[in-house]
Amino acid sequence: MLNAAADKRWHGRFALALLLAPALLWLGSLIILPHADLAVLSFRERVGPRQYSASLAQYKTFFTEPLYWHVFLRTAVMSVIATFMTLLLAFPIAWIIAKLARGRAGSLLFIICLIPFWVSETVRTLGWMILLRESGVLPALLVKLGLTDVPVELLYRDATIMVGLVYTSLLFMVVPLVSSLESLDNSLIEAAYDLGAGGLSILRSIVIPHAAPGITAGCIVVFMLTLGNYLTPTLLGGKNSQWFTEQIYTQFITRFNWEQGAAFGFLLLGLSTALVMVGLRLSGQRFGDVMRRT
Amino acid sequence: MSTPDLVADSVVKRFADHVAVDSLSFSVKRGSFFSILGPSGCGKTTLLRMIAGFIAPDSGDIAIGGKSMRDVAPNRRPVNMVFQQLALFPMMSVGENVAFGLARRGMPKAERLKRSNAMLERVSLGGAADKRVDELSGGQRQRVAIARSLVLEPTLLLLDEPLGALDLKLREHMKIELKQLQAAFGTTFVYITHDQSEALVLSDHVGVMSHGRFEQLGTPQDLYYRPQTPFVAGFVGANNRIVGRATGTDGAILEVTTADGWVVRALKSGSIAAGDAVEVFVRPEVAILARNAATLPPDQPHHSGQVQSVLFDGANSAVLLQEERTRREFRIALPQTGQFSDLKPQEKVAFSFDPARAVCFAARAGAAGTDA
Ligand SMILES: Nc1ncnc2c1ncn2[C@@H]1O[C@H](COP(=O)(O)OP(=O)(O)O)[C@@H](O)[C@H]1O
Ligand SMILES: [Mg+2]
Repeated sequence: MLNAAADKRWHGRFALALLLAPALLWLGSLIILPHADLAVLSFRERVGPRQYSASLAQYKTFFTEPLYWHVFLRTAVMSVIATFMTLLLAFPIAWIIAKLARGRAGSLLFIICLIPFWVSETVRTLGWMILLRESGVLPALLVKLGLTDVPVELLYRDATIMVGLVYTSLLFMVVPLVSSLESLDNSLIEAAYDLGAGGLSILRSIVIPHAAPGITAGCIVVFMLTLGNYLTPTLLGGKNSQWFTEQIYTQFITRFNWEQGAAFGFLLLGLSTALVMVGLRLSGQRFGDVMRRT
Repeated sequence: MSTPDLVADSVVKRFADHVAVDSLSFSVKRGSFFSILGPSGCGKTTLLRMIAGFIAPDSGDIAIGGKSMRDVAPNRRPVNMVFQQLALFPMMSVGENVAFGLARRGMPKAERLKRSNAMLERVSLGGAADKRVDELSGGQRQRVAIARSLVLEPTLLLLDEPLGALDLKLREHMKIELKQLQAAFGTTFVYITHDQSEALVLSDHVGVMSHGRFEQLGTPQDLYYRPQTPFVAGFVGANNRIVGRATGTDGAILEVTTADGWVVRALKSGSIAAGDAVEVFVRPEVAILARNAATLPPDQPHHSGQVQSVLFDGANSAVLLQEERTRREFRIALPQTGQFSDLKPQEKVAFSFDPARAVCFAARAGAAGTDA
């Protein structure tokens, strides 16, 4: 009797393990294993041909070389700004989709946000380059309209990088926002209005607190995507982009300095983790709650 | 005579080609409890939302406290609303909910706290200020919703079926509590409901609404004892409805014969000519039941029937009869004396009712021939 019960429990666990196996295998072999390898790489130094010793030299280089520092900080600040701008732009769109548009108009708006993702990021960004370069369509148009005397180079500017980043991230902000705004009961807004609140005060005291988990989730996703983006900043910003992922790429591919690249990778991971934690702390959210509610 | 707190003047609201509120005019006296009673879909919520300012009337005017409310936004009107689903703010504590309106008026925090606590005290929720909304029971939430509005001292408090979501027992309890709250605060209440018992118990005046219009406006007693339309007679309180044709008159009393030949008498309401299709309404408590026809009042027409079922419900017990010849259903309230407590189905009984206490209307278009 007892044996049978134990047997059954064991069967249950076995089934669970079997179901989780693909996910665990994926997590283990493609995420944890390479990272463990990278971690080992980042903590060693080449002392001679095929001779390595454990050291903190890679991290030390980062802190002593102002260029790396500068790029690192710049990437962080630009990513925070891009995330914030995406939020500002996505919020009204999400509001329209969730609250104002009825039926077909709502899905149409959603599709408009989705369309950019039908084209690959590379093709899309190259398209932008055609549009924005000095001999491109937009500068020519500006001259024609009399806004500028000579065609101006619109590429390789921070603002252009920013626009590209926001554009690529928009959908990832709109989706969690729509789902959290849709769950906001309209009668709460009406009740606040009835009790004397104006638009801004309703936004501050009712809408934002309700949508906070969605806002946080969207911001985390967009921030991580932006921080780790390589293509958009490099193509639109060229040499001026100074994006940290580009530094990592250079270390691995151009300089063949895997140890340095691995250390940079971990610094980026640390940066995104730290900033996400700060964001959560500032907004009073808990990571588990945020992920559960969206 | 002070000005009425609410005056509606020929208010109309259309949705596409459907008229939700059809040229309504009425006024509500200061400090009174006014109910709008009607079946669901008759336009009650639409009317209330126009008073609150969420939707604008297509034509007509609404004045609150003597001032026209045209182009006045909801947050600037001296009215507050208790929503059907209460709409308490889940992101705030009970105290913050109650203080919300005060904060929007820019009242300093200390004063806000004092007032909201005093208000919670008055609705017997003292000490609940720091609780979360979802920690409260249904009845307590109800009181928070009312307190949140009353703390702003509105001219008018609007309530949209606030008891609809509560279970029966709590509803009965909250009914009494609402009435006491209104008396204690003296605020004018405009209450909408589809439950006639709520309207009768709570109100000073009731407007019975159907298809966007008021069928009758009066005190609960008026509606119950002197219904002016067949709709009111059928909707307010229980009633036996008998459809037939006018076959004779005796002063104000009309003789009515049903299609299958049952003859009853009732008081005529409005002008009815011989041969017109009519509807007769007889309240269950107006009819008198007897085992022996000889004990019935001799001046009333006697009828006989067979017991179909006994509906025991304590003080509201009734018996469902079938009229002897036509097998039409007829409901009679059982007296409290217990004299019919041994009544059995299939038993033959006699009954009568005072024709002056039964009422007869010209039949509504499309209503003839069906029994309710
Ligand atoms: N926003 C709207 N658009 C179209 N029709 C509506 C709208 N609001 C209400 N109606 C219609 O108006 C009628 C009255 O609705 P309502 O006032 O909610 O009735 P009640 O509150 O008495 O149940 C209903 O037939 C309803 O379908
Ligand atoms: Mg309604």
